[in-house]
Amino acid sequence: MLNRQQAPDFKQVSTINFIQPTEKKLDNGVPVFTIYSGEQDIVRIEFIFNNVNYDVDKPLQAVAVSSLLNNGTQKLTSKQIAEQIDFYGAFFQTEYVQDQSSVTLYSLKKHLASVLPIAKDVLSDSQFPQTEIDIYIQNQKQKLQVSLKKNDILSRKAFAKALFGDTAYGADIKAAHYDAIKRDDLVAYFKAAYAPNNCTIVVSGKFDEESFGLLNHHFGHEWEASDAVKNHFDFPQTTQQFIYQEKPEALQSAIRLGKIAINRKHEDFAGLQILNCVLGGYFGSRLMNNIREDKGYTYGIGSGISALQDAGYFFIATEVGADVCANALTEIYKEIELLKTELVSEEELNLVRNYMLGSMLGSLENVFSHADKFKNIHFAGLGYDYYEKYIQTVKRITAKEIQALAQKYLKADDFVEVVIGKK
Amino acid sequence: MVDFNRFTLANGLKVLVHEDATTPMAVLNILYDVGARDENPEQTGFAHLFEHLMFGGSVNIPNYDEPLQRVGGENNAFTSNDITNYYITLPSENIETAFWLESDRMLNLAFSEKSLETQRNVVSEEFKQRYLNQPYGDVWLKLRPLAFKKHAYRWATIGKELSHIENAKIEDVKAFFKKHYTPQNAILVVGGNVKTEDVKKLAEKWFEPIPAGEKYIRNLVQEDKQTEARTETITASVPLNAIYMAFKMPGRLDADYYAFDLLSDILSRGQSSRLYNSLLKEQQLFSDINAYISSSIDPGLFIVEGKLIEGISIETAEKAIWAELDRLKSELVSETELTKVKNKVESVLVFSEMSLLDKAMNLAYYELLGNADLLNQETTEFLKVTAEDLKRISNDTFHHNSSSTLYYLTDGNA
Repeated sequence: MLNRQQAPDFKQVSTINFIQPTEKKLDNGVPVFTIYSGEQDIVRIEFIFNNVNYDVDKPLQAVAVSSLLNNGTQKLTSKQIAEQIDFYGAFFQTEYVQDQSSVTLYSLKKHLASVLPIAKDVLSDSQFPQTEIDIYIQNQKQKLQVSLKKNDILSRKAFAKALFGDTAYGADIKAAHYDAIKRDDLVAYFKAAYAPNNCTIVVSGKFDEESFGLLNHHFGHEWEASDAVKNHFDFPQTTQQFIYQEKPEALQSAIRLGKIAINRKHEDFAGLQILNCVLGGYFGSRLMNNIREDKGYTYGIGSGISALQDAGYFFIATEVGADVCANALTEIYKEIELLKTELVSEEELNLVRNYMLGSMLGSLENVFSHADKFKNIHFAGLGYDYYEKYIQTVKRITAKEIQALAQKYLKADDFVEVVIGKK
Repeated sequence: MVDFNRFTLANGLKVLVHEDATTPMAVLNILYDVGARDENPEQTGFAHLFEHLMFGGSVNIPNYDEPLQRVGGENNAFTSNDITNYYITLPSENIETAFWLESDRMLNLAFSEKSLETQRNVVSEEFKQRYLNQPYGDVWLKLRPLAFKKHAYRWATIGKELSHIENAKIEDVKAFFKKHYTPQNAILVVGGNVKTEDVKKLAEKWFEPIPAGEKYIRNLVQEDKQTEARTETITASVPLNAIYMAFKMPGRLDADYYAFDLLSDILSRGQSSRLYNSLLKEQQLFSDINAYISSSIDPGLFIVEGKLIEGISIETAEKAIWAELDRLKSELVSETELTKVKNKVESVLVFSEMSLLDKAMNLAYYELLGNADLLNQETTEFLKVTAEDLKRISNDTFHHNSSSTLYYLTDGNA
């Protein structure tokens, strides 16, 4: 007779295999890290550039260059670029994040020879036509207007500004910043940042010797170096601050609170990730259990640690019914306090260990994910022993150590609390 | 190519297995053949509320999430107008835990009042967060009843109004479960680092003892052919004027479905598409413009939507969209343009095979459509579409007297 009350036996994840890349250099010295897999006939090539020469008066330079990059070269118009990329079923994506700007090319292997020259043309000869800039400014200003009607976005902006001020991590972008975009600045930024000596290439997929030859043929030569200076920021610890913007019509209030913490390079980082998981890092977390599953105040609540190059930060974010906002805040602080005053039970801790190990295993789904794991450590200046240490910490951390981390990193009097809506 | 094996249990539950030894993980995906279209018009939002209640404990297992997290697994679910789909990913060596959890909630739920009360609140907050407290968030709450007068697609999965969710009773929940959550109405897909023979043993152990229940026979009122232009104007505290145009198109199993999908790509997939180049870049009438299809099983919608540049009149903007639609009716799409969208689709399909979860979900969905192997025939179906097909379906579809247009206007105070 089947006993449905008895859970089946299970095992904790014992080994997690990371595929490490091979490193080669193009003729001009650009490092190429390759994670090979022959399963599917596809290739992902990421050209990753540090953000450079940050100018507090022109916070949009890097973002605008990233967005406008594929809008025309001396040879090709923006439409021709898009048509050719699409014709080969390829994807050409530009992305700006706080520390880096990247260009990612996804292609079937058979079309690589056709799409690489287009990518090279764009990366070395983008022209930033004024008409395209004008359209960009107009449309971005309109998008900004829509964003500023979203309480969640307003809370993110206020929070980042409070933690990071006028740096690339915190700049509060306004319509006037778009109006101030000048073509000359974009061209200058493009030349400074999108240069071989500021570039790292990470490849994943079916990328063989012949493909490397193609890549080297196009990107190993005739690409001008620059003398740009990589961004660097320093931040003081936050001190307690309450930011409240009232929205009389709000049905829900957006809450975001947190503080400057640590990044991957710090020895406490793995431990803090475990602490974060207990508090708000997964569906069964304490915040979810209390504020969603017990009280029904919200559709979702979570916490996280974000690791940037020059800082890390901890945050809790949610949108809650406007009428229960004050109660939700009380419960959030209560959960933080509990972690400092009471030890996490062995049962809960074991659950979190297993969950985090399973989650790590599951995050290595395919060759692209292995490349993502490599980027996490490579750009933080770390090696694969980082993951080894992470896994060991997850397996062995004690309840006492978690409590100590809570006392060290979750001091409520360092917190910035942002509420947009009604209290 | 997504390979699979298939068998059916004595109680009617269909099981598909996709073996993929390249991953240490496994996925257990279960699709229930029930969506918002199966709801009572006076109790809308119920299929989705019910999805939440599926996590509130089952007859033998008081807490669903905790035992799964304990073995390193994660889960989630979604509800659409057509289906409700639940999925688990976990290390493959712990796959039996997924069978245990998923079979117990198919057997019977705990039906706790506390869970119902909490999830009513959670779903009400979801309603506010996604539909009411966002600029333009309620578009689909307005557009669906404009485009559909009889069919159950006239309401969104979240429901017509908050009160329907707030008034849900435990008896209704029990009746819904009995009617729809039976082995006969479900499709189970197990994928990843598993062997078919092991899956078969586990399925027989955990799912086969569940009573077959009664087969739900769907009998939905179908929409009459639309013969008049419909418009509605909303004025709200939004910063920009926007326009949403909806046209009727055939359902997922119609021979022309793939042609409609490519037609929306011609209009709006990426920066080489027609609407983007003509209306956003050249004429600069819109700051955002899109065309897409609702991909529903019953006849659904082909949508064109855009946000207007400030100072552009809604008439000018609408006329410009019609000009592009009329062009599709009068001129053949060139071979190059057609090849371009076909190549793009082909490559999207190859890339979609990078995700185990996507593969499992797709197998379940295509099995519901009639045969999971349809998934592997998609590329062929797309490649068959001709320029003449696109012109023909454009002529069948884009008419004022079968259009539903929503003008979403700024009140000037945003």
